[in-house]
Amino acid sequence: MSTQILMPALSPTMTEGKIARWLKKVGEEVRAGDVIAEIETDKATMEVEAVDEGKLAQILVDEGTEGVAVNTPIAVLAANGEDAAPVKTAPPPAGPKVAAQAEDAHAIADRAAAGTRKSALEAAPAPAPADVEKAWGPTRPITVREALRDAMAVELRRDDAVFLMGEEVAQYQGAYKISQGLLDEFGPKRIIDTPITEHGFTGIAVGAALNGLRPIVEFMTFNFAMQAIDQIINSAAKTLYMSGGQMGCPIVFRGPNGAASRVAAQHSQCYASWYAHVPGLKVVAPWSSADAKGLLRSAIRDPNPVIVLENEILYGQTFECPTDEAFLVPIGRAKVERAGTHVTIVAFSIMVGVALKAADLLAGQGIEAEVINLRSLRPLDTATIIESVKKTNRLVTVEEGWPFAGIGAEIAMQAIEHAFDWLDAPPVRVAGLDVPLPYAANLEKLALPQPGWIVDAVKKIV
Amino acid sequence: MAQAAETKKRVAKGREAGPDREPADKDHAHRDLLLKAYRDMLLIRRFEEKAGQLYGMGLIGGFCHLYIGQEAVVVGVQLALSDGDQVITSYRDHGHMLATGMEARGVMAELTGRWGGYSHGKGGSMHMFSKEKNFFGGHGIVGAQVSLGTGLAFSNWYRGSDRVSVTYFGEGASNQGQVYESFNMAALMKLPVIYVIENNRYGMGTSVDRASASRDLSKNGVPWGIPGIRVNGMDVLAVKDAAGQAVAHCRAGKGPYLLEMETYRYRGHSMSDPARYRTREEVQAMRTQHDAIESVHHKLEALGVDEAAIKAIDDEVKAIIQDAADFAQKSPEPDPSELWTDVLLEG
Repeated sequence: MSTQILMPALSPTMTEGKIARWLKKVGEEVRAGDVIAEIETDKATMEVEAVDEGKLAQILVDEGTEGVAVNTPIAVLAANGEDAAPVKTAPPPAGPKVAAQAEDAHAIADRAAAGTRKSALEAAPAPAPADVEKAWGPTRPITVREALRDAMAVELRRDDAVFLMGEEVAQYQGAYKISQGLLDEFGPKRIIDTPITEHGFTGIAVGAALNGLRPIVEFMTFNFAMQAIDQIINSAAKTLYMSGGQMGCPIVFRGPNGAASRVAAQHSQCYASWYAHVPGLKVVAPWSSADAKGLLRSAIRDPNPVIVLENEILYGQTFECPTDEAFLVPIGRAKVERAGTHVTIVAFSIMVGVALKAADLLAGQGIEAEVINLRSLRPLDTATIIESVKKTNRLVTVEEGWPFAGIGAEIAMQAIEHAFDWLDAPPVRVAGLDVPLPYAANLEKLALPQPGWIVDAVKKIV
Repeated sequence: MAQAAETKKRVAKGREAGPDREPADKDHAHRDLLLKAYRDMLLIRRFEEKAGQLYGMGLIGGFCHLYIGQEAVVVGVQLALSDGDQVITSYRDHGHMLATGMEARGVMAELTGRWGGYSHGKGGSMHMFSKEKNFFGGHGIVGAQVSLGTGLAFSNWYRGSDRVSVTYFGEGASNQGQVYESFNMAALMKLPVIYVIENNRYGMGTSVDRASASRDLSKNGVPWGIPGIRVNGMDVLAVKDAAGQAVAHCRAGKGPYLLEMETYRYRGHSMSDPARYRTREEVQAMRTQHDAIESVHHKLEALGVDEAAIKAIDDEVKAIIQDAADFAQKSPEPDPSELWTDVLLEG
């Protein structure tokens, strides 16, 4: 049986090419692997190898011909022992891929219009559930540091698959003493000191998670996680999708994020918008001890990769925290820390405290601000923000990180998309200055949001 | 190649030994082993040829890295593994998947981006997985799978299991920093991981001599005390034997092991690679003088195996590949609603 040789696609983008040269003549024997022609693609001149053996019966497209479409018959191969008989030119296969793609683009667009798109970012926000502020009963004052440690200890007791890995987490008891006492209780197999090699140990933790363990990876700061960000994004966040749902990655990446004090640009960056950008990740940013304990426990139990952005300055601060053993904070829910009617101030992590100070100052001037503690950045509790904006008609966002493409930009856009008609003034962003963080005490203070900046921002729009 | 020759001798010696078995049984076992190796390697070769053909027809898109020429590596290593051992590799992964027992249909349908593919069309050539077969991908970032594979070994260590993780990477990836971060931790913690460097001489279009200051990659683990051997990766029995040593080392709790497989890819790095960095003669010489499948074919002939028996394997493989190609074209494209599934698990 003779077979047609079709113009092959030789690169991901090739749709047509030029037959530069025929290297076999009509009548010549061809073996699988022999180069039969040279074809110029959009990228390079490629050699075309035969995939079948036989005799070259006919050349249908002469050398030098340009613009030969992929899948056009270019030659005919007669099977061995067969006459190189002239061939009935069967119509070329109808380029199934191209046709299917075109059809699909329309189908997708149609279905999208019909409402099959369900991105958390594009869907209209559902009403905020009433149970967010579930009463957890008695509280006691603990530091954020203790809250984080307690959260890990409880979850390590609860599930043998949970372990903690990072630099100085075991014998040294944590660079910031977050893992104090954990080595004693859980031993060196579950509280693991690593070398100072973020890229490698993060990949190892992700691999362990793909095989069903539940690692907590502590980064001494999220600045160092940049060494490992490929494993966080490309391996942890994307594998579930790329595997068609087979390979989950239950892992927590935690550590201090943002500015500490006088440690300059390489140790002071806020990565909130970097991680919040990525589908396949969840991102939380606790402020209080209750946030820290409840969110970290939820993060460890979550079957997905969760980024927990802590703050070094908050570690030593004390807040009331529920003592209930079952206390959890759900991921994806914000908390209204202070109710108000004139303006909505949205903040997360250490900036919640700054926003509350600003609200106090504003109250002295007769302005009642509502302060929302985001707690989670992805998924974002758009419902709580929109509900508040519809009440106050004004929005100020606050973050320590840089303004460009920051969390504030996203929140302002959400307000515009979902509450445009309720806004009485343009949203205002308060953010760290658009410079690498300086070392000098005076410059550092000038670069990071202060309560006064928020007061000024509010007064611009109230 | 000196070490490869030694390895070969060891195999021969191993065959002579075993006083508890009759020589006839031994011969049968040896013949069956060769037949299996021949069949598994041929399956990969024919699969890849078909994939190249479908690519040429525009049915497979994007990047497609063929494994043709390197078949003896995965088939030989797999012969030394047991159920539950994990396998992970880079983006030149079709052969590894078939070797672990994943179905040709599902792999081919993933290449064509169809619902019947292992990732329902959401991964493509470079990103396929099978929890059932303990195949952990299929990774598109050069070197990333080395840390991940070390993590699979970590999970075995953590659970006290005697399973091993086989972590494949190319000689190009062997220069990545995270490889050595992983070597360091694997050696410190004595993790059961077999690092298999598939040295096919070219990292994309750059020859190993121009990219690697290390001249003997099997020694790349020496600073960490990781034993390594260089193996003739075109000889499936030498590969099996070396992998067997490595597996025994890992299962005994002695930590990681490194195998450098000297192999060769006949095709370009990916489909769009004109392969100008090497001569046609070099490729032809490997194909005609060192082909792993031809070599086993000759051995089978020398053992007096009936040509009909070999032909039966050829036909079986041909049928599997034709079936896979048909399936991969008939399987529907994923529904547009699939866009939004598998981003997160319900928590």
